Order: sequence, then structure tokens, then C-alpha cells
Amino acid sequence: MSELKHSMTDTVMDALGDVKDPEIASVSILDLGMIHEVEVTDGKVKVSVLPTFSGCPALHIIERDIKKALESLEGIESAEVNFVFTPSWTTDRITPEGRERLKEFGISPPPANHVMGEPWEIDCPYCGSTYVTMENIFGPTACRSILYCKSCKNPFEAMKPVADMG
Amino acid sequence: MTQETLKPQEKAALIELLYQMGDDDFILAFRGSEWLGLAPHIEEDVAFSSISQDMMGHANLYYRLLEDLGEGEADRIAHLRTPEQFRNAIILEEVNGPGTYLKEPDYDWAFAVVRNYFYAVHKQIRLESLRHSSYEPLAEAARKIMTEQYYHLMHWEVWFKQLMTSTDEAIERMNAAINKVWRDFGGVLTLGPSYADIVKADLIDDEAVMKKRWMNKMEAVFKEVGAFYPGEPRMERGNGRNGVHTDDLKQALSTLSEVYATNPATGW
Repeated sequence: MSELKHSMTDTVMDALGDVKDPEIASVSILDLGMIHEVEVTDGKVKVSVLPTFSGCPALHIIERDIKKALESLEGIESAEVNFVFTPSWTTDRITPEGRERLKEFGISPPPANHVMGEPWEIDCPYCGSTYVTMENIFGPTACRSILYCKSCKNPFEAMKPVADMG
Repeated sequence: MTQETLKPQEKAALIELLYQMGDDDFILAFRGSEWLGLAPHIEEDVAFSSISQDMMGHANLYYRLLEDLGEGEADRIAHLRTPEQFRNAIILEEVNGPGTYLKEPDYDWAFAVVRNYFYAVHKQIRLESLRHSSYEPLAEAARKIMTEQYYHLMHWEVWFKQLMTSTDEAIERMNAAINKVWRDFGGVLTLGPSYADIVKADLIDDEAVMKKRWMNKMEAVFKEVGAFYPGEPRMERGNGRNGVHTDDLKQALSTLSEVYATNPATGW
């Protein structure tokens, strides 16, 4: 029985890997480190999700997409999504793969181990140069900032670092 | 404490506090959103609208905590209450200036900077205290909000200090805005009539302690930019925590809820 449960959890995790961030089409919510816990019991799944930014309008869409992806799985009757705040979502939860995918989308990943208040080190996602300037800490979505690369002369975005403030 | 271990008196105090903080963020986020397309330059438009979006998210977090305590759905809390049921401070509901965002807006940028900066400083103090709140779900929400508020405070502090050390015209307009905000900012710094119960339940620090922290910070900032520090802020138009409000709130709520109120049963 425990083996069966285990494989079902794997199937669920695989399915979550296909649920993308609605605002960054190349990155899954799993890559972004938004999945905290998955619990499968008798065909019912409970997924705890860590919201990135609290005003993010994509949260409702993410909830809907998770339910849709999981409820279409064989052996899953219903899926429940809960947004939780402990632990806090921080940008160091983004997987190495997620960081690569962000770059493909033209978004620099945040510094891996950022301490709030300290300067960021951000490389250009296109040419890798460190010769960049911050145009605006705030960007087109709550989680992004706008920068400019002085080497390859491209504007680009970076994911705003978020670290736990204790 | 959790939802299950709250005593009735503590629960009532917690509900009051959540309305105050949720409504403060909600109404100021709305006033911020009215600036969209009207900010001094395009980068500021991006920044200010992003901040307003975050703040609306913070209001939503508080309203969801209220929902968990049996106060009804968060959307209904936001859209279907009467002005008297709102607990925000009066200065936060005030219009941005003459006109509306649709018709001849003559908004005052100095007022936007001063109001938002003073509020962000207080919000930071409030959140630092809430991190140790006896009600664990509130402490968790506060830790989340802090990661975003960090950038808001930085933003408004830059604007405030820049303009306060800029041209004569800028300084004159900023001082007029400071005088205006000072007359009512006391309303932000109070915990209202349930103050004693809120503090007794260990939900947040004593309002006198937090007020002192705010005033100390302000005095230091005023000194840094070479401005006259006006002393204790007042509460001339009444206490919003008591449900006392101006027509500005009525106007804001009717605009905000116009679509929702046409059919509350629909998922908007």
C-alpha cells in the first residue's frame, strides 16, 4: 500500500511540473519552488502552495490550473489547493533548472542567497555581462524589476530578490 | 494562539485590529491606483501601480484572516460594507487632489509622497511588532507582507528625501503636504476604542510605544533633510477606528464596488 501511495505522489509531482506560471510561460510552479507539500489519501490530493507575492493576480489561475492538472489524473478524484505562508516563499527556493528557464525567458534569476538590504549582483540573461544598471526596482509584474545591460545594450528583467526577514 | 484557542474577548479585539490594518491598506491602495497614468514619469507609474497592487494583496491577506474568523467572504468584506463599518484612518481615504482620474485630475504629488512615506514608516513599525503577535496566523501574514513592504518603504523614502532637499518650489509644496497630513496622521497611529483589549491579548505592541517609535524616526528624518519637526501629529477630523469618516470614503467605496455590487453572486 505504501508503495502505491508513493508512486501516486510521484505522478502528482510530475503533473505539477507541467503547471506553468501564467506570467512566465517557460517556468513551472515546481521550478519556482512554490509547492510546499503534497498529500495523497484515497484519491484525494491536498497541495500546499506558497504564494510568491501576496497581490499576485496569477494565484487564482494557478489554483485553477493545479486542480485541472491533478483531477485529470487517473486515480485522483479531487484536488484541494491551500495557500500557506509558512515557510515563506523566498527566491532561493527557485531550482537550478528554474533559474535556467527564467534566463531563456529574458528574466535574470535573483541572487541565490540574498540578504535583504545588501546590493544585488545580477548578470544580463543574454550576454552574461555584469555591467548592468537598475532602471526600476518595480516592474511589469509584482515579482520583477527592470534593468539595462550596458554591454549588449538590451533592456531585461530580473526577478526581485525576496529573503526571509525573520 | 490559534483560531481554536482564542477567547471571545481576544477574538473580538483581533477582529477589530484586522479591520483597521486591512482597511488602511485597502483604501490607500485604491488612492494609489487612481494615480495610474498620472504619475510624474513612466517609471514611477510602473512602481506606484506595483506598490498599490502589493498593498491590495496585503488588504486581502487581512480580509482572509477575517474570513477564517467567520466575518464572511473576503470579497464581500471589501465590497459590501457601509462606510461606517470601515476602520481605516481618515487621512488615508482623502482624495488625491481636485478632479477625478477620469476628469481633470489635478492631483498633488507632494501629498502622495508624504502620505505614503509616513504610512510606510508606520506600517514597518506595525509589522515588526506583528511578527511576534500572539495570534500565529497574523504573525505569519506579517512576515510575508514585510518582504514586500521593504521595497515600498525604500521607494517612498527616496522620494521624500529627494524632494525635501530639492528646489524651493519642491520644498514649499512638500511642507504644505506635511502640514496637511500632520493634522490627521494621529488617526493612523491609534488602535481605536478596542485598544486595551488588543494590547492585553498580546496581538501587537502598545499604541503609545509604536507612536513613539514613529515620532522618533520622523524626527531623525526631518533633521536629516534640515526640516522643522512639527511635534505630535493630530487627529482633527475624528477617529476612523470608530467608524468616523468623510465623504471621500463614501465616494471611494462607491467607485470601488460599482461592478461588484451589480451582482455580488457572480465571480468577478
